[in-house]
Amino acid sequence: MRAHPASAQGHGRFWVGLLPWAWMLFFFVLPFALIVNVSLSTPDLAVPPYVSPFAGTTADGAPAFRPDPASYARLGDELAALATPGADRPYLAAYANSVLLAALTTLCCLLLGYPFAYRLARAPEVMRNTLLMLVMLPFWTSFLLRVYAWMGLLDSSETGLINQALLGLGVVAEPLPLLYNTGAVLVGMVYSYLPFMVLPLYANLVKLDLRLLEAARDLGARPATVFLRVTLPLSLRGIVAGSMLVFIPAVGEFVIPDLLGGGSVMTIGRSIWDDFGPNQDWPMAAAVAVVMVVMLIAPIVLLHRHGRRAGRGA
Amino acid sequence: MCEVSLDIGEREIFALLGSSGCGKSTLLRMIAGLETPSSGRILLDGEDLAAVPAHRRPTNMMFQSYALFPHMTVADNVAFGLRQLRPRMARAAIAARVDEMLELVQMRAFARRRPQELSGGQQQRVALARSLAREPRLLLLDEPLAALDKRIRQQTQFELVGLIRRVGVTCILVTHDQEEAMTMADRIGILSEGGLVQVGTPGEIYERPNCRFSAGFIGETNLFHGRIEGDRLASSDFPQPIVFAAGAGASPPSGGEAWLSLRPECVRVHRRAAGDACVAEHPGENVAAAEVAEIAYLGGRSIYHLRLPGGRAMIASVPAAHWGETAPPARGEPVRVSWPAPDGVLLLR
Repeated sequence: MRAHPASAQGHGRFWVGLLPWAWMLFFFVLPFALIVNVSLSTPDLAVPPYVSPFAGTTADGAPAFRPDPASYARLGDELAALATPGADRPYLAAYANSVLLAALTTLCCLLLGYPFAYRLARAPEVMRNTLLMLVMLPFWTSFLLRVYAWMGLLDSSETGLINQALLGLGVVAEPLPLLYNTGAVLVGMVYSYLPFMVLPLYANLVKLDLRLLEAARDLGARPATVFLRVTLPLSLRGIVAGSMLVFIPAVGEFVIPDLLGGGSVMTIGRSIWDDFGPNQDWPMAAAVAVVMVVMLIAPIVLLHRHGRRAGRGA
Repeated sequence: MCEVSLDIGEREIFALLGSSGCGKSTLLRMIAGLETPSSGRILLDGEDLAAVPAHRRPTNMMFQSYALFPHMTVADNVAFGLRQLRPRMARAAIAARVDEMLELVQMRAFARRRPQELSGGQQQRVALARSLAREPRLLLLDEPLAALDKRIRQQTQFELVGLIRRVGVTCILVTHDQEEAMTMADRIGILSEGGLVQVGTPGEIYERPNCRFSAGFIGETNLFHGRIEGDRLASSDFPQPIVFAAGAGASPPSGGEAWLSLRPECVRVHRRAAGDACVAEHPGENVAAAEVAEIAYLGGRSIYHLRLPGGRAMIASVPAAHWGETAPPARGEPVRVSWPAPDGVLLLR
């Protein structure tokens, strides 16, 4: 970045340009550095429950840096144990669960959200804003409240609304076990994250030049071909953006698996919670979090690369 | 959209001309199958297209903004239509056809480029190659030159016509630009408010417009409004009843409302001494005294804006050679205008 102190406009631009960097520094780089610091600490029975790697001094009294890699070593041991069948790998299992759950959530959101966003983008212009409002309407109530509402719907006891309806209609004789399983978690996640898929897709599809679709039809393409060869490739950026917005927070999601999964689904968010809380192993929790962030940065870099490539083409 | 009945011949270039919003694009889109007419038939070689969806019609369209696929190269754009053909065309045959089409529009060197990297004129040629690749029985051009700079439009008109004739495809083009229609088309159909008002060659429409709309839309004209009295038109705009030559059809009803259209180049302008009486030198000639209000010098000819005694304006296009050795009349000078009856066209609507 370059400053242009010669002009007032240059000054303004310089400070505005600095804002995102300042944001990144204070709300990502510094907290992340703190977490990395904790992850390299040694657990201790104190407040806070760890000894920082910077705490000790050398023999001559100068500050020393003594990182404790034990937490990372535990994750490494689990990786090494992959070769041994039947070995217990709680952290790896949690990672795998989270990524799988997030991937499934993203896929479901895409399959549901794409036709949704497409219809929205093709709706008469006067109706579009109203429909968009409806998409965002759930955000007006508390997130927690909405998850609890799902519990009320899915409850497996006699009080669950869906089960009550099914029992009342005589479709089932016994209440179905709808709550506290992976299915319930997936339903809750897809429900909560769907707007994050719909909005970027809508923003992309609404700009799609309809004459391109007409041109494709005119050139003999059947409706399915028009979609696959023209609509889909032209909305790829929206798909990538929406998928990232759903996938990344979904990997670290804690509340939904906890409430709707009822502990049946072990996720990375859950294991971090356990280590920070009941287990009082802050360095381990921090190490798990650091690995998760590093894991999530990979898809962002991929997205960035894709954006650059598409940018060159355009 | 009102009723439009239209026959277009094989290998003909037909222009639908009308001001924006008159439904000409809608008509073209109905032929392409992109819009459905509420009633009526569209026959191509006797086969009704109404029930045929757009992607199975033997027509191809060149869109106004070209609608080239931005995510494909020029070659892929041209190949798109060929890849949809059933039975499937062999890969090598598609490549050869794409090559041939790009050669035709002189765009082979740009095959690997993306449309966004091309100029407007180059995009237009790619769009033409794409719409011709499938060898349509009917080529539809929607405002083919509207997106181009005025500077290159004229040259492109001739290129486009040359290409279409070389390929020998029947073509319907839609335009709001009368010059474009007259340069490119064999026949023109003039559309007004969803209805077709006149169909004919550019010459027929210019020389024998059948209504005020046609007369005003193609070229400039002087219109005199009045009532028919025998073989004359009594107009408050003109000093005496205007003599007109009855057309080939039945003579128009006396007392009826009518208009007389007179092209500017049919008006003869002569010098006149002030106070000179203007009387017809022979029967069937219309004569009036006038004054030069404004002169637009255009080189080979000049446009004279004249004022008739009643205050009514009139335009005349006079070739420079008309004045010979004498100096042309200047602004404010009195002149005498005349035209023989057959030069005026009587319009009943």
